[in-house]
Order: sequence, then C-alpha cells, then structure tokens
Amino acid sequence: MNAPVILDRRRVLAGGGALIVSFSLRDAFAQNQAAPAAAPPPSPPGSLKQAPFLDSWIRIDADGSITVFTGKAELGQGFKTAVQQIAAEELDVPFESLKVVTADTRLTANEGYTSGSNSMKDSGTAIQNAAAQVRGLLVAEAARRLDLPVENFRTEGGAVIAPDGRRFGYGDLVAADMLHVQAQPKSKLKDPATFKVMGQPIPRVDIPAKVTGGAAYVQDMRLPGMVHARVVRPPSYGAQLVDCDTGEIYALAGVIKVVRDGNFLAVVATKEFQAIKAMNALSAAAKWQETATLPKQDDLPRVLTSLPSQDSTIFEQKNPVAAGQKTVEATYTRPYQAHGSIGPSCAIAQFINRAMTVWTHTQGVYPDRQGIAEMLRVPLESVRCIHVEGSGCYGHNGADDAAADAALIARALPGVPVRVQWTREQEHAWEPFGPAMVTKLRASLDGEGKISDWNFEVWSNTHSMRPGGAGSMLAGQHMAQPFAVPAPKPLALPEGGGDRNAIPGYKFPNAKVVHHFIPAMPLRISAMRALGAYHNVFSIESFMDELAGAAGTDPVEFRLKHLDDPRGRDVIDKAAQAFGWRKSQQAPPDRGFGFAYARYKNLAAYCAIATEVEVNRETGRPRLVRAVAAVDSGQVVNPDGLINQIEGAIVQSMSWTLYESVTFDDTRITSIDWQTYPILRFNAVPDSIEVHIINRPSQPFLGSGETGQGPAAASIANAIANATGKRLRHLPLTRKRIKDAIDA
Amino acid sequence: MMTLQVNGRAHQVDADPDTPLLYVLRDDLELNAAKFGCGLGQCGSCTVIVDGNAVLSCVTPLLLVEGKQVTTLEGLGTVDSPSPIQRAFIEEQAAQCGYCIAGMMMRAQALLRKNSSPTDEQIRAELEPHLCRCGTHMRILRAVQRAARLMQTADASTGQRSAQ
Repeated sequence: MNAPVILDRRRVLAGGGALIVSFSLRDAFAQNQAAPAAAPPPSPPGSLKQAPFLDSWIRIDADGSITVFTGKAELGQGFKTAVQQIAAEELDVPFESLKVVTADTRLTANEGYTSGSNSMKDSGTAIQNAAAQVRGLLVAEAARRLDLPVENFRTEGGAVIAPDGRRFGYGDLVAADMLHVQAQPKSKLKDPATFKVMGQPIPRVDIPAKVTGGAAYVQDMRLPGMVHARVVRPPSYGAQLVDCDTGEIYALAGVIKVVRDGNFLAVVATKEFQAIKAMNALSAAAKWQETATLPKQDDLPRVLTSLPSQDSTIFEQKNPVAAGQKTVEATYTRPYQAHGSIGPSCAIAQFINRAMTVWTHTQGVYPDRQGIAEMLRVPLESVRCIHVEGSGCYGHNGADDAAADAALIARALPGVPVRVQWTREQEHAWEPFGPAMVTKLRASLDGEGKISDWNFEVWSNTHSMRPGGAGSMLAGQHMAQPFAVPAPKPLALPEGGGDRNAIPGYKFPNAKVVHHFIPAMPLRISAMRALGAYHNVFSIESFMDELAGAAGTDPVEFRLKHLDDPRGRDVIDKAAQAFGWRKSQQAPPDRGFGFAYARYKNLAAYCAIATEVEVNRETGRPRLVRAVAAVDSGQVVNPDGLINQIEGAIVQSMSWTLYESVTFDDTRITSIDWQTYPILRFNAVPDSIEVHIINRPSQPFLGSGETGQGPAAASIANAIANATGKRLRHLPLTRKRIKDAIDA
Repeated sequence: MMTLQVNGRAHQVDADPDTPLLYVLRDDLELNAAKFGCGLGQCGSCTVIVDGNAVLSCVTPLLLVEGKQVTTLEGLGTVDSPSPIQRAFIEEQAAQCGYCIAGMMMRAQALLRKNSSPTDEQIRAELEPHLCRCGTHMRILRAVQRAARLMQTADASTGQRSAQ
C-alpha cells in the first residue's frame, strides 16, 4: 500500500547522513520560465526536463537504503513494478532492495497526470537516466577516494567494486548533496544485453496484498477517528436545490453533520452504514428543480454535427497526378461511454491547522491540489494530495470529484479524517464520460486498387476536462459561490484529443483530415482511455477493410500496400502470421476473421490485432472467439506486464465495442448501474488471447496502456462484417444491430 | 450486540441487524478484502463465503448470518503463507487493479471446495455474477484452474483441509 506514506518530508530532511531530498521544482520551473539568454543546452530526457535534479528521483540513505520517487501513480497497470525494475537495473541493486514512492505533492516531482500511456516515456525514462547518472556519480566518488580512473570500477549489488576487490557501499559513498545536481542531457545507460532485471517478467509488487486482503486501496484506509461521509448529488445536470429540511437527519443514529453549500449536499456519520441511511434520508428530504437540457439520444450524431464547431484542417497532402476511379463513403459513430470503475470513487481528507491533506486515487495529485486549493480559497502550499490506489480508472472518472468532495466536507470538521465513498449510481451518473463522436470518411481507389485520395472528418468534444481548477470538480461547481466550468480546449497535436489518431498512419497521395472541435458539451465528458483514438482507429481501420473489399484485396495485404513504417509492418506481419492469416481464407460457418492496426497517437506503441468472431445468426449475438495481437512498445521492461495490458485492452475494448452506451432522457442520465449499463460478463470472454511482443532493445519506452483499444474495436468490427457480410458502423455493435443488419 | 463467526473466530458486533454484512466486515472488523462495488448485488466485488456458499455481502443483512461461519479472503491465507488459490492468483499475475479479485477468489474457492476439478465452462458459469473492468478475465480463468491443481496437490499431501 502506498499510504499513509511513512516517509514524510520531515523524516527525509532529518535522515542522518542521507542526501537531502529537496526536489527544487519551483527553482526548476522558474529557470524554465525565465527566457535563457543563450541557446538552451540540450535538455535531459523524459520528466528530467521538468525536474532535473537527480535527488528529485532517487534518494540514498547512509545505511544504503534507496528510495525512488515518481510523480506518476500506480493505476493498477503495473507501473510501480516496472519503474522499480528500471531503477534496480540502472543502479545495479537487487530489485527487492528498492522502495518506490509514487505521486505525492510533498514528496515527488510534478509529472502532471498519469495518463496517455506516458508514464514509462516520461517517468520511466527520467528514472532510468537519473539512476544511471547516480551510479556514475557513486563510481566517480569511489574512484576519487582511491585516486584511480573510473573505468577500473564496476558496480554490483548496491556497491562500487574497486579493481582490488574492495567494496564501497552506496550508503558509504553518498554524502551531503552529492545527488542534488542537475541531470546531464545524456546518460551512460547499460547495454540491454547485460540486463538482469529489466526485460524480466518480475511479479507485480502490489498483487500479494491485493489477493490476501492487505490494505491496498484508498478505500481500505482507516485513519484514527475517521468518520464516513456520503454526498447527495443533484438528480441531473444543473438541478437546483430549492428546499431541504435537515432537522430530521440529525435525529438519525450516528449523524455528525449535514454539510450544505449551495447545491452541494453531504452528510457525515460515525459509521459507514449510518452514513448510507442518512444519505437516503437526506436524499428524500432534498427538493430539486430540474431542467431538461439533454439532447435526444437517438438523434445524437445529427445533434453533434449540428452544434457549432471550430474547424481545422490538421493534415493535407496533394498529388494531383494520382486520380481515383472508385469512391467509397461511410459515417461512423460512437456514443458516450463510461469508465465504469468497479470501485466507485473514494477519498479521505483531513483538515488540521489550516492544512488540508487529501488521499485520493486521482491521476494528477498536483492538478488536484490546485483545484482543491482554489475551491477552498487557500494557498496552494496548504493542500497536500497523496495518491493511493483506487479501482482501475481508465481515465478521468470520479476520482478528482471525490477528492474535492472530501476536502469540502473535511473543512467543516477540522481535525477529523473524513472518508467519502461514492455510490454506484453516483459514479455512473456523474463521472465524466468518454465523448460521443462522429467520423465521416471518403476515399477513392485508383486503377491498381490503391487509395488515391482520403478524406477524414471527425466531430468531437475535447477529451480532457481534468482539473486543475475548482470549476472542473463537481463540488466546486455545486457550491453556493460556484466556480465556472473552464472553457474546453481541443488538445494539441501531435497527441491530440478528438483528433488523436485522426491522421492516418498510412501513405496516401492525397489526404485531408479535418477536426470539427465542438465546444458545447451536452453531457459531462473528459478523458477516457485512448481518447479520440478509440473511435478514429475504429473508423479508419473499418474503412480500410471496406476499401480492401472494394479493391478485391486481402485486408492485411491492403494495409501493407499503404504502410511504409517498418515497425508497423513488423507488427502486422507478426499478428497475421501468429493468427494463421491467409489470403482467400474462409472462416468457419457463422464466423469471421478481422484485422486492424494502429500506431497509438502516431508516435507511441505499434499494435496489430487479428480476431475471430462468432455470430449467432438467429439472435445476432456476437462472441469474440480468439484474438492474436502483436505489439512493439520499444524497449520492454516487464513483458508480462505488457502482455497483461494488451490482453486487458482487447477485453475492455471488446466490451465497449459490443455492449456499451450511456443512456439518458431529456433531463437525467438513465444508465446508473450495471443493469442499465451492461458490460462484458464471463459468458462472453474469449477462448484465447495471444499477445506477441516485438522487443526493441535500447529504443525509447513507448508505453502500452492504451495502444490496444482502437485496433481491438476495429478488428472485431471487421470480423463481424466478415462473418455476416454486413458492415456495422455505429458503436456499440449490439446484438440487436447485428440482427437487424442480418435481417435487412 | 450480535455474535458473528468470521474466519474461525467469534466477534461481538455492535451494529443494527439490517446492516449489510459488507459494512460489518469492513468497518467493525476492519477486514479489507470484501469490497464495495455497487451495493446492489450486481458486480460480485463483495463476495464472501457463508457456510460454504458464495454470498454477496453487500446485500446480505447481518441478521441472516448470525450463527453462521463467514469466511473472507483474509481467512484463507496470508502474504507469507498464501492458500492455494492465493498462490495461484499470484503465480498467474491474475490482476490489474485487482479491485474485483477478492470477490472472484471467494466464489472460486467455494466452487473448488465443492468441485475439485471444474471444467473451463463450469468456472465461467460460476463467475458470471462477477465483473472485471480491467479485462483480466483470461488470467482469472487460468488462476482458478491453477488453484484447482494446487488444491488437489495440497489436499493429497496434507489430507483434507477443513471446509474452506
């Protein structure tokens, strides 16, 4: 468990003989912000750019114990284990000997959000380089003491070994502020051929506690004197609390306080079930005035494409020589979809001596701190956010809102730790959903069956309404003096938001990609795993199959005809070969084969997925039978962790793709639990999933958490089309839609 | 005050009889494994074993379990001395976030005590009430199969373990 973290800054500073961990971030940012007079020196890699001091990342105590600090959080994807492998490898110490501290505004660097499959690229890279440079400093210190060249020394098991065999423990070598130095732009990294820890399927450090009932989640924290709070949320967006008689609530057993601040309503009780009963009573007592603001769900694509949009051509390439002969058009849509974390959001806050501490499963402790400080109208320094694991989030779920709820309630009960637990219905109704999207594609084939021109238009909201800013948190929006919801912004390319992966990775002579950014947000939305890439890859890769069909070419061959990137070609070849893909293949009766490929964000990991899907022609019910994936995520740190991510992406994306859409009437969200928002259950789990890794030693970490979402969706859609002869373009590809298509 | 038998020990619990077992386990007995997932009996995260049967503790009032044997994941083994099913889930690395896993393990444990070598189909059918959002299903299925093998080995070497 990550918290309560015993290691606090006071102890760190008091650590006798140890390095002073003082990650001078403010200094660093000040330096970054000040315009340098001369050309800036090359910056160090990964998050070392933002936090260049080595001791922001690695602390070595006099007794030789080593702590690694990462500003990223463990979201249940194995990051903490991977980063520990990286540090152990480059420091040349046993894996078990390290302690890793994750996102905490008092202890770790500000690495923004843990999102976008960026943790390995940002923090893993920083820690790899910091560790290598720390090792270099320790070797240099031993060499200095013996007055010998550094080349004569080696490291092993947490010690520097002299030519005569003398060992200098790292703790003996480290002194004063030896590591309080800025990272160099380049590091002497180990040769991957010599790796002992990196590249190994080291078991996850967090799993033993999780399978034995250890304290593993923020939900499991019990602080002395802790009380339980429940929020009563409005029944719909914008609902106003017009009346609430709280008198009877105080008569209920265990009730300590009712907190009302405008439309923010909560109750605190001694025991958890008392809080639940009080929440139910308070909910019944609250009278709300609601407004019908939601669009017609059945008409969503038209609504989206009719809303005012800011249009930008994000890619254009012209070659008038290439002329098309056959033109194909298609429109694809995606509904609002929910993160649907299995554990509803939870947070604990404690307000002592005007200092607010919040334990939260947020993806961004620093942005949360900013939002909470603004909401409470207190100095930033008086708020500390500590990440503690929650249930998997898959993006911006209710975590930040729960953190703000806890802080607002805890302020009303100084000194008392307050635990806020959302209900299932609150998580489903109030989480910011993955945005609905529309894509329109048109392409022409030349006389040789190759794509001569390609037009892609995407309509989408932004894909991040994350904090900071109090206005991005429900409590901040609902209080009597509310904070305005920040104006949405499209996310910048090359990573993009609604236009993530909108630019094709394939080479076409003529191509144009237009992003219609829609500022108005009828439903509350934000970042959901893969952002726009899920729908854009689904669209592009479905359409590639439609075009392959029009060209009479095998879908895999058709993709390879348009793809230059050798690493992309390699994953396609690998997935096709491992699946047993053959030209002119025929799937068994009522089954279909599908294929899809993408390089996530056009700059991260490569992934190709082949699938076999069975469709019951009587009922329309689809079932993913098997999936074979190939992934190239650069240098592999933990192969089993990578496989686990891709397996999970395929299964989760399959659930999104076949079953899931948020439902609503003109006023309220109506998908508020697992009955009304059904997801995958065990009866639909595939027979097998195979993941093949193409390792790229010494190549940058490319991340893996989101790379499979888009290709899995398109591969399944293509397999359904192959099985039925009918193309489905509107997500989710439900049993009913398949049945209707078969019957049409 | 009610007396509750949990993991082989008697506990005096000061809670209303309508309190769902889940909150008694988590708040009164400070046990972590049974998780709040929905409070509606829809997701399985809160599953524990009561008299040998998998039970959704979030919708089971305390009143109904008085005098019965309740087993939670904590009662199966520890990090240092894991039970076969705990070993199996560690060996298969059958978790991502892991929030749903304790409930899955308890239902699988109850199954394996009744049927020591279930088929893949039987395991899938048994786990139907359980949701996993990370998509760890393939590993969970493998872990249950592995647990079955480990339990058979353990039973063969140590004799029949007591129920659960």
